[in-house]
Amino acid sequence: MSQSFNPADIQKAILEQQKIEDRKKMMLNGVLVLLLVAAPFVMYPVFLMKILCFALFAVAFNLLFGFTGLLSFGHAAFLATGGYTTGYLLSNFSGLTTEMGILAGTALATLLGLAFALLSIRRQGIYFAMVTLALAQLVFFFFVQSEFTGGEDGMHGIPRGHLFGLINLENNLNMYYFVLAVFLGCYLLVQRIVSSPYGQVLKSIKQNEPRAISLGYNVNRYKVLAFVISAALAGLAGSMKSVVFQLASLNDAHWHMSGEVILMTLVGGMGTLLGPVVGATFVVNVEYQLSQGALRDWVDPILGGIFILTVLAFRSGIVGEIQKFVKKNLG
Amino acid sequence: MSMIFGVPLAVLSGQLLIGVINGAFYALLSLGLAVIFGLLKIINFAHGAMYMLGAMATVILFDVLGVNYWVALFLAPLLVGVVGVIIEYFLLRRIAGQDHIYSLLLTFGIALLMQGVLTNIYGVSGMRYSMPDLFQGGMNLGFMFLPYYRAWVIVIALVVCFGTWFMIEKTKLGAYLRAGTEDAQLMQGFGINVPLLVSLTYGFGVMLAAFAGVLAAPIYSVTPVMGSHILITVFAVVVIGGMGSIGGAIITGILMGVIEGLTKTFYPPASSAVIFLVMVVVLMFRPAGLFGKEA
Repeated sequence: MSQSFNPADIQKAILEQQKIEDRKKMMLNGVLVLLLVAAPFVMYPVFLMKILCFALFAVAFNLLFGFTGLLSFGHAAFLATGGYTTGYLLSNFSGLTTEMGILAGTALATLLGLAFALLSIRRQGIYFAMVTLALAQLVFFFFVQSEFTGGEDGMHGIPRGHLFGLINLENNLNMYYFVLAVFLGCYLLVQRIVSSPYGQVLKSIKQNEPRAISLGYNVNRYKVLAFVISAALAGLAGSMKSVVFQLASLNDAHWHMSGEVILMTLVGGMGTLLGPVVGATFVVNVEYQLSQGALRDWVDPILGGIFILTVLAFRSGIVGEIQKFVKKNLG
Repeated sequence: MSMIFGVPLAVLSGQLLIGVINGAFYALLSLGLAVIFGLLKIINFAHGAMYMLGAMATVILFDVLGVNYWVALFLAPLLVGVVGVIIEYFLLRRIAGQDHIYSLLLTFGIALLMQGVLTNIYGVSGMRYSMPDLFQGGMNLGFMFLPYYRAWVIVIALVVCFGTWFMIEKTKLGAYLRAGTEDAQLMQGFGINVPLLVSLTYGFGVMLAAFAGVLAAPIYSVTPVMGSHILITVFAVVVIGGMGSIGGAIITGILMGVIEGLTKTFYPPASSAVIFLVMVVVLMFRPAGLFGKEA
């Protein structure tokens, strides 16, 4: 009996294969979610929330850098805008519920993202990075000199308030599950975006922009939208961060923060969905562990070393390297 | 006292002088960046750290070995240049030809590392460096007082900038450099050692930064973080001038220093942001920068 190469069969086989892989992924994700739900009973919730906020920040950044190929060196601006706006509103208007404050912070970061995108979109690659960096620097100077931000001291004592006016967020566990829900929602959103036809266009822009243009796509419109979504999510991360820590500070606006989110994404694995989450977890943990021990003063140089090592040796990051390993040995 | 636009002439000219001095530093630093970017396509985030290294080396050489200013003016850039060549040889070379973004990330890591290590050794409080005796005092120009050292900085920075521009744009060595980066293989075929040329170019760009650092040591506070403060401004200057444009970097550098000085006189709160504002405006109308070629 001769072997048949019926295209329909092959397609079926591929779909079958994909189904199995999807199921594997679903199970992995399910386990991770369960771990996250159980985590606050084992670890300090505030620390976990810090990781989640930075993970969201990195996921937002990765949508732009990892999937669209646009290196923004100004993402700290959105984090800080979200944080300061939410902090200011919740501190000064007691009638405002927490989620309204967070939404307002996100909205302002989104608008800022639109402005950044329109100004920077005409440049590519490294020029694009420089322009976003300089724009973020403008935002930094604005926050330094504005009265309401508390300048170098930052904004303290931001009330956590009540979610929907009902759930008391002063309780760390309540706060944690709120942050977790928002984080998972955003993660799913990014997952949807990336696997949608729109996401495919973004990837094709990353791979070969002239080709995407010649296929008839209005590349700039796609890029602007990706930038705005990324800025919105980064702003949301900043808004939540200010509620969690009841504090918004200049650190979040400094260009080092823009560098840090690049490091998180790169270490975790850019262009993968889980990478930025793993990277943020890794970097926040490294910073925390170091700051507790004898190496307290060596955080910056060690992060620098990690940067160098990642770029030279592990460019696909933790998740990327694991994926490669699995493909090579188990696939 | 005579007034111009409601500002005393002495105040205005004083700020202008400071502006020109800052501009001279911007020009030296952005020139180095432009050389490195224009010829090697490396976006050197370690440039601020190299500037800092030059200033720190000047202070340390004096404290430890008693090396005076004039020797430091040659020795410190040379030492930093060697550091640059080592970095190019062992690190940057490995990512040559890949996306520029990796060079940005790699040099950013190098800057963090250097700055962090030196902060741990020397702390962040400023170190003192006294001016050479020759430059004590100044002269009265009638409408303002011009300290000798500041005049010297302006003159020597301009000389070095012009010399660099001349070397790259007008001499045979410069032609080799430009050709080597256009088509390395062809130049290899002509018997020119391109990798060596690349190392030396990076070293030279970095030397310019360190030279600026030596000049800065007697007038600015010397700390391990001094480079990170000025770096972002210098990047803005490079973007305004047009990345890779040698002449553009020099002219824009001085221009931006002056604009900053003027802003400080007329509307101080905006002085630290004005360069970035100029950058936004320039980019809206000329995305490639004032002197850049449209890509």
